[in-house]
Amino acid sequence: MKRATQSTETPQVGRSVPRLESWLKVTGRAEYVHNLRLPGMLYGKIFRSTVAHGRIKRIDVSAAQAVGGVYRVVTAEEIRKLVPEPYYGPAFHDQPILAIDKVRYVGEPVAVVLAADPHVAEEATHLIAAEYEELPAVYDEVEAMASKAIVHDALKPAGTFPDLKHMKGRTNTNLALDFHLRRGDAAGAMQAAERVFEHRFRTQQVMHTPLEPLVSVAESSERSLTIHTASQSPSFVRTEVARLLGWPENRVRVRVPFLGGGFGAKLYIKLEALVAVLSLIARRPVKIALTMEEQFFTITKHASTFRIKSGVTKDGRIVARECEVWWNGGAYADIGPRVTQKSGFTAPGPYDIEHVAIDSYALYTNLPPAGALRGFGIPQLVWAYESHTDMMARELGIDPIEFRRKNLLRDGRPQATGTVMRDAAIEKVLERLEALMDWNALLDRGTGVMRKGRGIAVGFKACVSPTTSVAIVNVNADGSCIVYCSTADMGQGSDTAMAQIAGEVLNMAAESVSVVHSDTDVTPYDMATLGSRSLFHMGNAVKQAAEEAKGKLDALRKELQLPADSEVAAIFKKKYGMQAGNVVATGSYIPSYQSPDANGLTDNATPFWMVGGTGVELEVDTETGHVRITRLVNVADVGTPINPKIVETQLSGAAIMQLGFTLFEKMEFDEAGQLRNASLAEYKIPGILDIPEAITNEAVVAEQKSGPFGAKGVGETGTFGVSPAIANAIHDAIGVRLTSLPLNPEAVFMKLQELK
Amino acid sequence: MRREIRFRLNGKQVSAQVAPHENLVEVLQENFGLYGARESCGQGMCGCCTVLVNGRAVSGCLYLASLIEGAEVLTVENNSEPDAVQQAFIEASAFQCGFCTPGFVLMTRQLLDEDPDPDEDAIKHYLSGNLCRCAAYPEIIEAVKLAAKKRRRS
Repeated sequence: MKRATQSTETPQVGRSVPRLESWLKVTGRAEYVHNLRLPGMLYGKIFRSTVAHGRIKRIDVSAAQAVGGVYRVVTAEEIRKLVPEPYYGPAFHDQPILAIDKVRYVGEPVAVVLAADPHVAEEATHLIAAEYEELPAVYDEVEAMASKAIVHDALKPAGTFPDLKHMKGRTNTNLALDFHLRRGDAAGAMQAAERVFEHRFRTQQVMHTPLEPLVSVAESSERSLTIHTASQSPSFVRTEVARLLGWPENRVRVRVPFLGGGFGAKLYIKLEALVAVLSLIARRPVKIALTMEEQFFTITKHASTFRIKSGVTKDGRIVARECEVWWNGGAYADIGPRVTQKSGFTAPGPYDIEHVAIDSYALYTNLPPAGALRGFGIPQLVWAYESHTDMMARELGIDPIEFRRKNLLRDGRPQATGTVMRDAAIEKVLERLEALMDWNALLDRGTGVMRKGRGIAVGFKACVSPTTSVAIVNVNADGSCIVYCSTADMGQGSDTAMAQIAGEVLNMAAESVSVVHSDTDVTPYDMATLGSRSLFHMGNAVKQAAEEAKGKLDALRKELQLPADSEVAAIFKKKYGMQAGNVVATGSYIPSYQSPDANGLTDNATPFWMVGGTGVELEVDTETGHVRITRLVNVADVGTPINPKIVETQLSGAAIMQLGFTLFEKMEFDEAGQLRNASLAEYKIPGILDIPEAITNEAVVAEQKSGPFGAKGVGETGTFGVSPAIANAIHDAIGVRLTSLPLNPEAVFMKLQELK
Repeated sequence: MRREIRFRLNGKQVSAQVAPHENLVEVLQENFGLYGARESCGQGMCGCCTVLVNGRAVSGCLYLASLIEGAEVLTVENNSEPDAVQQAFIEASAFQCGFCTPGFVLMTRQLLDEDPDPDEDAIKHYLSGNLCRCAAYPEIIEAVKLAAKKRRRS
């Protein structure tokens, strides 16, 4: 008889199991919402604002409504009949399902045309006419601090986060959150320091561009609603849509199959509230599938400005640091205020500095909203503090690695918040980086117009906290196992990792474990698939559930007087007299956490730290400014890898993505806030010809003691050091210091001209 | 305005009613339930919509469906057993989210048909019209080399 499951004593964790869904993906048969069609389904196409800030005077949909095949045209007016307060968002309830009274950025959704044929719907959107009374707009995050142009009349915090409550009802401000941390006496120590360095850095607005653009489908009856969506946060979608409708959560079902990439773009609510109300209004299933162009008007990565100042002793000890960071959140807060705080507190970098002052500001502007993108603000911060670190080292005449080593934050020492570092292999990452880069060997400097250089950078991140994951493990009567969890597999390999964890506990081959994708009617709560949290949080929950299942099976063996090594199927057969029944077990995980006090200090800021280091060798063409990366070294503390091959591809993929954000990607806006390059023809992302000639990825030997089998998250770690490592290497090659991203040939060339 | 076109799809003679503006991806998805070729950028920049028409790779999202009248159309769903290329992509872990993978698989097959033993430079240039936002490029290059080896062996 063929057994349903292979029982095995072989370790399942630490094995490079090919992704469980491999065959589906190479044959084009994997399920994406992109593929979904429902009987009677209508397509929605969005009519968008053409002005950056304006009062809506009139929306004329009559010509669009008259087009043959158009089912209905919907504006905010109709939505308000169904949902009186149709504003959503994870941090602020500031984003209207469709624009109400005002528009706040070019590209904001204003109306939707519904038709059975998407071409008809699209065509009809061109016949909608809107008139606006234009208002002054603000685009720059630093200007937004004092601008007369105010994006929101009054602030509306969602109430979920205690540190945002005090913002409620504030008027005449673009500040969505100001986070402050004070440790020691930064100003005093700065005055006493022998050397003081101050620099200012900028990052640009970029977009995730998942190749499966954002897509959601909703179907409804009077009593219930099902949303099929490419979402990283099904539990949040359910909660938020239920809140908007005033329904209990059990009437809203959210299903998520595979995602064609996410990177943070598919978090919280994007199209879900819109398709939900449209399906209730139309009483038909509704699908909205964005084009690549439309994604740029939906969610982006924060542009930022960072002023950093350090006081240093003459032998190179950093004694004081001031960080002032402005985050350009765009027109709606999305998760920006969390970025401001959760990343903000790591702004001084992985260094042991006694006196620290941090001011981190989330700003509203009239640009497309910014949220989470692979690193949650960390790459912006590392870009600044690791460029700054190199600039100081060079000024002081100290080797950049030596300077870092002298100031490194070691395990057992308090980070800026006061939280004592544990299981953060910062020192080891630096050490391995030095070895892999062959740092002590002399580098060929190039000849003629081609100059060579190298650089490194080390960054770290605190996992967002506190968040909850719940999992169910079900053992069937034939001995096979199913894991139910709401983690979205968007390519990071979570299905495989969870199967390995459950398999390890239950002595089953990971390949024989099934993982049920998010379906909020079936899979339990999970905060979201974000911030490299899932392997740690959901991994712990799955491990706990599997252990409980194993315990129940062992108890049954005892009860039924079966030998301890009897087959699982034999237990059920004896208990129920036939192949029947289940053993169901649950696990839930929330780490301990302490909120920061009035000074931003806490002794428990995060359940784990991620550490990533990057080394780069490159060649600069001094005639054209063109930079060619010849070698890229990614070193990371990922704890103990569950699946070494997937870990490697995560590190390398993240680093290459960050290479695009570093060297060429940039959303270009004109003076009226109109995006000029919203397509892959004009907004270039890394292709196969852009990858470095040599790439090395290494996970240092490490263990996250609180993680499942010693593991922790890895999805973002590869991004941390890339941008500053490249800038540092460019400086090393040609003596030119760039402080604004991207580091494109034009920027390098212009800077070279300045020096001449 | 629809008219009937006949063509061979994955080895079988088929017909479809198509409108003049409909592209190949739409017809494959709507009429035949084949989702392996998928529109992403909509501009022929990313290769997610790759389909073979008369043995040549085309961008299905830019290819008018009515032009396939009488043609031989092959999609990633063609083979029911994994071929050397698909096997190599799995072994080399040459994908993450999988959305771009069918395009890479089809282009790799076409490359290996033309050049059974391509060097790294040839691989990169041949696949430069396909984008992978997960950036599994190093693994894709490995997969192509592995597929070439597998093909030579058989």
